[in-house]
Amino acid sequence: MDFLQLLEMFFSGIWGTIKLFTVALIGALVLGTILAGMRVSPTPVLRIAASTYINVVRNTPLTLVMFFCAFGLPFLDIRFGATSSFNSFIYATLALTAYTACFVAETLKSGISTIPVGQAEAARAVGLTFGQTLSQVILPQAFRTVIPPLGSVIIALLKNTSIASAFNNRELISAMRNAIEVRGDLVIPLLFGTALAYLILALILGRVFDYLERKLVILR
Amino acid sequence: MSAPTQVLFDEPGPKARRNNIILSIVSAVVLAGLIAFVIWKFADAGQLDSAKWYPFSFSQIQLVLLKGMGATLKVAVVASVLALVVGVVFALLRLSSKKVISVPGTIVLEFFRGVPVLLLIFAMFLIFGNTIGAFWSVVIGLTLYNGMVLAEIIRAGILAVPKGQREAAMAIGLRPGQVMSLVLMPQALRAMMPTIIAQIVVLLKDSALGFIVTYQDLLYQVNLIGREYNNLLPTFLVGAVLFIIINMIVAGIARWLEKRLQRKSTAPVGAEGLSAQTAA
Amino acid sequence: MKKLRLSIASVAIGLLALSGCGQGGTPDAPAEGDGAQAEAPEYTVNDSADFKDSKTWKAAKDAGELKVGVKYDQPGLGNVKAGSEQPEGFDIEIAKMVAAQLGFSPDQIKYTETVSANREPFLQQGNIDMVVATYTINDERKKVVDFAGPYYVAGQDLLVAADSDIAGPDDLAGKKVCSVDGSTPAQNIEEKYKKAELVAYDTYSKCVTDLQSGSVDAVTTDDAILRGYAKQYEGEFKVVGQPFTEEPYGVGLPKGDDAMREAVNDALQKGMDDGDWKKAFEYSLGSADDVEMPKIDRY
Repeated sequence: MDFLQLLEMFFSGIWGTIKLFTVALIGALVLGTILAGMRVSPTPVLRIAASTYINVVRNTPLTLVMFFCAFGLPFLDIRFGATSSFNSFIYATLALTAYTACFVAETLKSGISTIPVGQAEAARAVGLTFGQTLSQVILPQAFRTVIPPLGSVIIALLKNTSIASAFNNRELISAMRNAIEVRGDLVIPLLFGTALAYLILALILGRVFDYLERKLVILR
Repeated sequence: MSAPTQVLFDEPGPKARRNNIILSIVSAVVLAGLIAFVIWKFADAGQLDSAKWYPFSFSQIQLVLLKGMGATLKVAVVASVLALVVGVVFALLRLSSKKVISVPGTIVLEFFRGVPVLLLIFAMFLIFGNTIGAFWSVVIGLTLYNGMVLAEIIRAGILAVPKGQREAAMAIGLRPGQVMSLVLMPQALRAMMPTIIAQIVVLLKDSALGFIVTYQDLLYQVNLIGREYNNLLPTFLVGAVLFIIINMIVAGIARWLEKRLQRKSTAPVGAEGLSAQTAA
Repeated sequence: MKKLRLSIASVAIGLLALSGCGQGGTPDAPAEGDGAQAEAPEYTVNDSADFKDSKTWKAAKDAGELKVGVKYDQPGLGNVKAGSEQPEGFDIEIAKMVAAQLGFSPDQIKYTETVSANREPFLQQGNIDMVVATYTINDERKKVVDFAGPYYVAGQDLLVAADSDIAGPDDLAGKKVCSVDGSTPAQNIEEKYKKAELVAYDTYSKCVTDLQSGSVDAVTTDDAILRGYAKQYEGEFKVVGQPFTEEPYGVGLPKGDDAMREAVNDALQKGMDDGDWKKAFEYSLGSADDVEMPKIDRY
């Protein structure tokens, strides 16, 4: 296997990582926001459900969460699409979403608690319902205050996509393993190449968040 | 819960309370239905057969699981202690006023912080694994990654200490090393304790990756039992429960420590802050 | 505080219950290989063995310990049971047989677990003396390590449900086939049977779990490994029995130690000639009547 083939392998690996990351990111932001909303909601049952979910999933290693998605869901006849690679992709993104959403929710909740009490009081005073208070007054501000910690959660998500390699997903780590299997003599360069690819992706993300921080963050 | 969550909505009136009760009952029914569905499906697939579960009633299998749990905890404890040391060292390197020290420190930190811990463990194992063994491959991999994350946390903590503190310490004639070790570092560690412990919980969870490099931890044994008795799913369930228990204990300790530290936050900090560090 | 004490107490009780109420002994694993009842073969240790020309052998002799890399997760070939420390299987028997010829008794062998990715690095680092771990001889690998043997020629085959109508690799079009990510069998499927859909996990046990739940139609790897699984899941799975590749298993050795390679080749040849090889095979994998002994390739 020559250099070009290895490079091609790596690029398809990077593409796989980006796909996993992007879909899971959207899912985690949506589910995380919903969970955060549930945790501060007026309905006790929603609060309990959200905090139980967060406590259990957050304390389970991602490998196990992914295992239950990949091997538990088929037993429940929950399958997606005809091809197993697409199926595995969905299982992995479900696991990443379910796991990362907990951290998004926790981060958002700490953001919510930094919003001055007067804001919510004012919102209620002008007659906004809970949903309106949350979605129009509290959350937009909370999101802005938590951009830096949210950035670390999201960069952690990028790195966590590596776990999907053990569950029939084509991404950087699986590309590296495949390459090592055929080119055992290149172990160290292959390891460094993979590390470099992750660093570049993380660096780009870091830049995006620096930009968002400068543009949006409200200092308190 | 804290005040802001309560001001988000009005005190529930009689109608809202009734709705809450109805909603609770409905959710309970839905949840029960969901659990019943899962159990029915698993039973249908033969995953709940006694043959799949009876190995767990044998003391040898339980012992294997306990041994795996012990191995996981051992990795987590050693790596936590080392990661804290590395964290303090790299926080100091980055804060150094000399560029020759701070720039390389930053580069190394960003490198190890930017790659997946799985890759680090794997790299340690493939490059040095033969000499240092699986245990140290996992420990060093976890230490490098989490140490760098902790360094950033500690650095943020040190920067957050009011400037007057450093100036006052200098004014009474402390040397820079003393200013750091007696004044700034204890306060930084104390202020950042909840975040530090949260990171240690992350480390603990990541220690589950040891099985990939043949370290005989909880998941390794779970894989082994699952392979031998053809009960991968039940064994993983047992493993997950054990993991959740360990992590909840650590999270409980974290909450307790946080409360304790909050209560004492006005008291003078000295060696005590450091003892809290080793306790973590 | 109170809550914490409570949770610690409940965990302690849980652990007590876990360790206290166990039945003694081990649960019987479902249908072990035939060999389980047979007597473990013993190999005569050649005490007068002397291979001073080989620096690997000399270093091992001086240390009184031969370090062998084997697999711990392949039933029938190299496998460790729950709660046991010792690996067992055909690879292990071959290692013992070769070690005996080199003058090492079974208790002088120190086993190290290898996974597919670390076989070359471990041999290159030189802290391991040989690898007997379902290690297929091929030209890419020969650039990095030396091979003695082959001691067995496996072939890639398929493990399917007992009632499956898959009769060979040509029936795989549109079917889902599971193997271990990055392994040679997985690469074969991707390159030669493009119509089949590859599912790749990190362990074969996940593949087998998927085969049970019907998520995949077949598991593919070397027949020797599949034979172990078919035995363990008798009545549920079967091996198709149409091997479509040749995978010569070799003993991996550090590059450049020709004296060692010669010595191991001689040891393997002697084992095949005097019946030790057959004993090893029958003890771990079942009847050797229809199995051909490979011809040693002294390249």
